[in-house]
This record gives sequence, structure tokens and C-alpha cells, in this order.
Amino acid sequence: MSAPDSAILTDGDLKGTNLDGLKARPLRARRLTTVYVYEAPVRLWHWMTAASIVVLAVTGYLIGSPPPSLSGEASSHFQMGWIRYLHFAAAWIFAVGFGGRVAWAFMGNVYARELFFIPFWKLEYWKELLDEVLVYAFVKKHAKTVVGHNALARTALFFCFTLTGLFMIVTGFALYSDGTGIDSWEGRVFGWVMPWLGGNLSTHFLHHWGMWVIILFVMIHVYTVSREDIMSRQSLISAMTNGYRTFRDDRPD
Amino acid sequence: MAVLETFYDVMRRQGITRRSFVKYCSLTAAALGLGPEFVPQIAHAMETKPRTPVLWLHGLECTCCSESFIRAAHPLVKDVILSMISLDYDDTLMASAGHQAEAILDEVMEKYHGNYILAVEGNPPLNEDGMYCIIGGKPFVEQLKRVASGAKAIISWGSCASYGCVQAARPNPTQATPVHKVILDKPIIKVPGCPPIAEVMTGVITYMQTFDRLPELDRQGRPKMFYSQRIHDKCYRRPHFDAGQYVEAFDDEGARKGYCLYKVGCKGPTTYNACSTVRWNDGVSFPIQSGHGCIGCSEDGFWDKGSWYARLQDVSGFGIEASADKVGLVAAGAVGAGLAAHAAISALSRVRYKGDDAQ
Repeated sequence: MSAPDSAILTDGDLKGTNLDGLKARPLRARRLTTVYVYEAPVRLWHWMTAASIVVLAVTGYLIGSPPPSLSGEASSHFQMGWIRYLHFAAAWIFAVGFGGRVAWAFMGNVYARELFFIPFWKLEYWKELLDEVLVYAFVKKHAKTVVGHNALARTALFFCFTLTGLFMIVTGFALYSDGTGIDSWEGRVFGWVMPWLGGNLSTHFLHHWGMWVIILFVMIHVYTVSREDIMSRQSLISAMTNGYRTFRDDRPD
Repeated sequence: MAVLETFYDVMRRQGITRRSFVKYCSLTAAALGLGPEFVPQIAHAMETKPRTPVLWLHGLECTCCSESFIRAAHPLVKDVILSMISLDYDDTLMASAGHQAEAILDEVMEKYHGNYILAVEGNPPLNEDGMYCIIGGKPFVEQLKRVASGAKAIISWGSCASYGCVQAARPNPTQATPVHKVILDKPIIKVPGCPPIAEVMTGVITYMQTFDRLPELDRQGRPKMFYSQRIHDKCYRRPHFDAGQYVEAFDDEGARKGYCLYKVGCKGPTTYNACSTVRWNDGVSFPIQSGHGCIGCSEDGFWDKGSWYARLQDVSGFGIEASADKVGLVAAGAVGAGLAAHAAISALSRVRYKGDDAQ
């Protein structure tokens, strides 16, 4: 491997392990650097949000295009009622989770803040962004190792998840106030949204588009995360399950 | 005119009995959503307050608001409202015409400066200095501004005055503009609908007359008592919506059984109006009851929000008209294919590089 020698285990590294006393070099074992990146609340939030997005997209699609009409008495069914109930329940989980995640940005470690802004004025950010784009265009082989999100991931997350998610929450509560009434707190807080977006029907329409933006984002997210986990210089999926990010090499960039 | 007649005087003069008058007051209280304790208050106001002059102007419009108004359901309401508000100028209803009519306008404006109500049906077109709507030889926008300057309050009758309606639909060649965007310094009550429900119109006027103030308005300036709930919220077909029973086509079993019209584009869930409670023509029916979805005529820009027979607006600009879902599915398919291709190239390049790394 092209990794520098420092990553190869030395005899001293084996002291106190079951391999104590063996020669390290023939084992060809490597030492990997691991950093604790995603704290427990972030991971919990991630998977809760992932589950709620699945429920929201499925039920949301069905609200727009309901399943075939049911026969029999109306009193024996509550199909659209349940679809809407699930949508609102999942929406509350998504929204409360989003709020908690914003709070955690202040309480958590430095990586917890990456979702909420992009370092627009830093030259380094643009360089890294270009680097990642070149990697994905198969021009470059590897990008820099990153502890948090790489520049491309961060950009996509900021626009397609954070801003779109916020838009979905705001339009969602505005639409929810149709049911709870214009004098409910949803109506008072989010009543400005629908006139601003050109009316009730237009708000439904844009909320529907938001769903598609998030669906496309999720597709790309799952693909790139799997790909990075296999091909990049750091682990991703394990980082979001147990919180530890492992680096496959310690090469200087 | 030494003493202005009160409503009660007018009604008695027209041969309405005291008994009918009190009935009318209770009906009005009920229509306004007020308790029985307000009936004496309404009666008192009717008996003591001088009639407020109302000037009713017509801009770019189709007169459907007037047509609706003169059909106010209860006969008593119709008779009374038409006499009680002292409708001093309404060029489609008044007997006089031409210079006589215009003279009344000037007289009322001068005599009751700051005390009359201006009701506007239709809206002014602003393009070409307002030449697309000429009233008495002058652009309507000038008449509107002139009459509005001395008004106590303005009622925007219908979707034309409130939002612009069909004449303001894209591309709006005459630049038809709703009243609140032309008159900026007066309280404006929007009573949207194409047309508004007759009882809603009379209810708004009665409220203003009785309590001497504007009714409570929502964020968009519509009276809350009639516009704070959607058609959907009080629709008698709502149980079919919740159950998942829809009309799929206008000639199917569901249509005969009176299922929910959501799938054939009913705009009830996005339209704030009182149709499903007050209904039309003396409470006989309303669009959904006669088997057609709501077209959302009391919502801002309803002409430009896509088909009346689909819930989702079509998206133009993709070569063909397509629904958001079609565009979304195609995009998802394209992204999926792109990702698969990317994955394949990634795998290939990884195999190639393995050789380099293994040196």
C-alpha cells in the first residue's frame, strides 16, 4: 500500500494485546485513525428524520394523488383520514426534530454546525468544492480527507436538505392552519406564507415540489454515502451509526 | 333634507310590519353569527341610525356581483337592504342616467364627505392611462380615486375588486388592478367571490350599519365571519373525503352516490368562503351539491392556478404540459440512471486503480 509507514503497526503497538511478543511487520496490520464526529443526538436525529421523510413522502404523494376510491359506507372507512394523520404526525416529528437539531448546533461539537451555513467567503471551501466535483467527474482520484462533511456534501445538504426542509416546515404549518383555523397559533404564526407564495393552491403546489427535491436529494445522498464509504479515504455509514469516523490512511493531503 | 330617515322609517313606509322587522333583525343576527342578545341592538340601530349613503361604482366587471346582490335570499332582506342602505348611486340599478346620475354622485360626495361607503364592483385597468374602462367620458380609475377620497370605507365587491379576477388573469393586457392596489389610504373590506354570496354581501353591509364599524377582517382583508373557513371544512361530502371515496369521473358510480369531488379537481380544500354553509339561492344548493367541484372563485388569482378539473397545477416550460408528479418521476428516473452509470464507472476505475495501489 502507498500509505506511509506510520500507519503500519510497530512491535510496540502489540504490547498488552493478545498478539504481544509477535513481530508486527509480517502481520501487515495497519493502524487507523478514528475520530468521534457525530454525537448521539445527531445520529438519533438523523435516523428519526430519515424515517419521517419516508412517511412524509409516501403519505404526501397519496394526499396529492389518492389511491382508488373505496366502496361501501363512508362510516366504515377512514383512509384519507389516516393518510393525513400519518402525514401530520410525521411532520411534527420532522419539525420538532429540526428544531432540536438547530438547538444542538449550539450545544454540540463543531461538526454539528456544518448543516446550517456554508463558508461562502472562505477560499478553502471553494477549492475543496472544486476538488470534490473533480473526484465525482473521475478527473481526480482522491479528495482531501475530511472530518465532518466535505464541501460538496455540505453544499448539497445546505440547499437541498436544510433550506428545503425549512421551506417544507414553513409551508407545511401554513397548510396545516387550513385545518386548525386562521386563529390557531399556526394560522397566526404562518398566516403570511400563503399570500406571499401566491395563494393556497400555489402553496400546495410548491410544497409538492419540495417533496420531489427531497426525494432526489435522498437518492443522491444514499448513493454518495455508500460510494464514499467504499471508495473514499474515510468511513461514512459507520460514522452515522456509532459516531466514529475511520480514516483509511494518514497521508498528508 | 332636514332629517335623514332611519331604516325603520323606510321599512314602515314600505308597509313592513313591526313583527316582520323584528324577524328580520333576528335573521340578520343569526346570519352574522351573533347571539340572540344582539337582536335588540340591531333593532335599535335600525330604528335610530340615519341611513348611510352608499355609492356603488362599476369598473371592469360583468355585473354578476349586482346580480347576486339583488337575489339576497330572504325576500324581506332583499326589500330592506335595497332601501335601507340608501343606495344613492349605482348606475346599473338607478333610474336616472347620464348627467343626472353623475350629478347625484357629486352631490352625495359633497354632502356626506367622509361619511359615505364606497362599494366597488370590478376594478380599474391602469394601462394606457386607464383608457380600457371609460365611465361618463373619463377613465374609471379617475372616478374611483375621486370618490374614494371622501369615503369612510371601501367595500371591494367580488373577486374583480378584491384580486383582479378574469380581467387580471395572465397576461392581463389592460393591467386590470384590484382596488387595494390603487387606493392605499382607506380601510378596504374584500368580499371576494365570482360573485360573492348574496347573504354575505348583505351581511357585511348590515354589520357595518349596525355596529358602526368594519367587521373583523382576516389577514387578507376579508370579513372573518364569512371567510374564516374553507368550503372543505363544512362540506357535506367531507366524510367521503376522509373515508377515501372519490368521484373518479363525472359519470361514474361515485358521482351518482355523491362521493368527494377532490380527484376531479374540487378546490374546496383551498378556498375560503361560506358556500357550504350559507349556500346559494335561498339556501337551495351550491356547486358541490350539484355535482361539480368548487372552482375556487373567491381565491386570489383563481384563473391562473391551472385546470379546474385537477388538483395539481400543470407545469409548462418542459416542452409539453406535465404535472409536477410526471416531472418529478422523470427527474427521479434520470437521477437514478445517472447514479447507476456513476456507480458503474466508479467500480471500473476502482478496479483499474487497484493495480496501481498494489505495487
